[in-house]
Amino acid sequence: MITALGRHVRSGISRTGYATRMLLRLISMFGLMVTRPRLVTRQIMFIGNYSLLIIGVSGLFVGFVLGLQGYYTLSRYGSEASVGLLVALSLVRELGPVVAALLFAGRAGTSLTAEIGLMKAGEQLMAMEMMAVDPVRFVIAPRFWAGAISMPILAAIFSAVGIFGGYIVGVLLLGIDSGSFWSQMQGGVDVARDVGNGVIKSIIFGLAVTFIALYQGYEASPTPEGVSRATTRTVVYASLTVLGLDFLLTALMFGN
Amino acid sequence: MKKTALDFWVGLFVLCGFVALLFLALKAGNMSALSFQPTYQVKMRFDNIGGLKGGAAVKSSGVVVGRVDTITFDDKTFQALVTIDVDKKFQFPDDSSAKILTSGLLGEQYIGLEPGGSEQNLKSGDTIAMTQSAIVLENLISQFLYSKAADSGAASGASAAGAPAGGAGSAAGSTSGGASGSAGANHGAAFPGAAAAMGGSNAAASGAQ
Repeated sequence: MITALGRHVRSGISRTGYATRMLLRLISMFGLMVTRPRLVTRQIMFIGNYSLLIIGVSGLFVGFVLGLQGYYTLSRYGSEASVGLLVALSLVRELGPVVAALLFAGRAGTSLTAEIGLMKAGEQLMAMEMMAVDPVRFVIAPRFWAGAISMPILAAIFSAVGIFGGYIVGVLLLGIDSGSFWSQMQGGVDVARDVGNGVIKSIIFGLAVTFIALYQGYEASPTPEGVSRATTRTVVYASLTVLGLDFLLTALMFGN
Repeated sequence: MKKTALDFWVGLFVLCGFVALLFLALKAGNMSALSFQPTYQVKMRFDNIGGLKGGAAVKSSGVVVGRVDTITFDDKTFQALVTIDVDKKFQFPDDSSAKILTSGLLGEQYIGLEPGGSEQNLKSGDTIAMTQSAIVLENLISQFLYSKAADSGAASGASAAGAPAGGAGSAAGSTSGGASGSAGANHGAAFPGAAAAMGGSNAAASGAQ
């Protein structure tokens, strides 16, 4: 049993090292966006555009709920006019990046893992290697950078649509004054601190989620069962990583 | 998918992202207000800045004319040194005074500038000489209690009537007279040492009023 434990730990450490080396390789292929823009653009279409529907609709409903719940609680203290501030700060600082990253992991992450896993199962990656075409450069890296580009865009769209949803519920449905809704928000949301930090968070989440999805797909066992297990692992690891990183980043950025 | 259609949709997607970000920055954030105007710096010293924070507004007649830049402690004069950026559009006389005020009842604090009558204007790097510190609730209460305790020792009805006004006179504003009366009654339990004086002064105050 002790040898089994030792073997587990060693294999875990060597897998971590392998993952880190792949991450560094992917980051070093930053120039791919200039040399092979067509590959990256195609992947942005699959990863970003096709996620717009779920991100947009979820953002709208999260905005609705924030507006409603915020109104009910704030009306106890007579501060209903601050609902705009509440909705904007919650979305821009936390909910926008985090919820968009979780949805992104569920929708785009699983499709990436399944695609790469099936390419591996169909021996396409090995065939590319035999033709001296680097699969990491031409298959994995475009998807990595497409995810890194799409994630901040999706998070910004989520926050904007959510604020609009809060406006619909607060001003149009519940009758808060429109002027004080926007002016309270503008007075309380600092562009550099809140919006800027939210964008930084979403970039880091995008890198993390896309990398986890691609790595799990690349390392999946080349069987249908292996691919399905890899897909599950993607969602679980990516979600946990996003939440853990969010805590770390919030403590760093807003801690003081 | 045809090449042109692909490029169009991806371009539209990225454009949507930029528009969303712009909306967040301008409509939801505070970027449209006083960000890139040229400003000049003015310094001032306070005994107590209360809850003033960096980035707080500097207002004159209620209108935002600048922002607080830095707040440091000067250990030569043992006062707080506040540096503010004032919009270059607004020139103030160099005998203007600065007060730390609170927006609303429990809101955040800001600096109010009141113009003086001098013919020279403030230049960048000047120091405002006349300042008034923030009101600290504990100082207000202890001032009131001290004056009540001092007057209940004399125990004359005529002086008790003058004591609430006198005790609150050193604090800013006439509205705080009523406030410190009720504050003194409410916080009486927190000052057990002065409880006896409180009982005596309450009777004197109700007798006088």
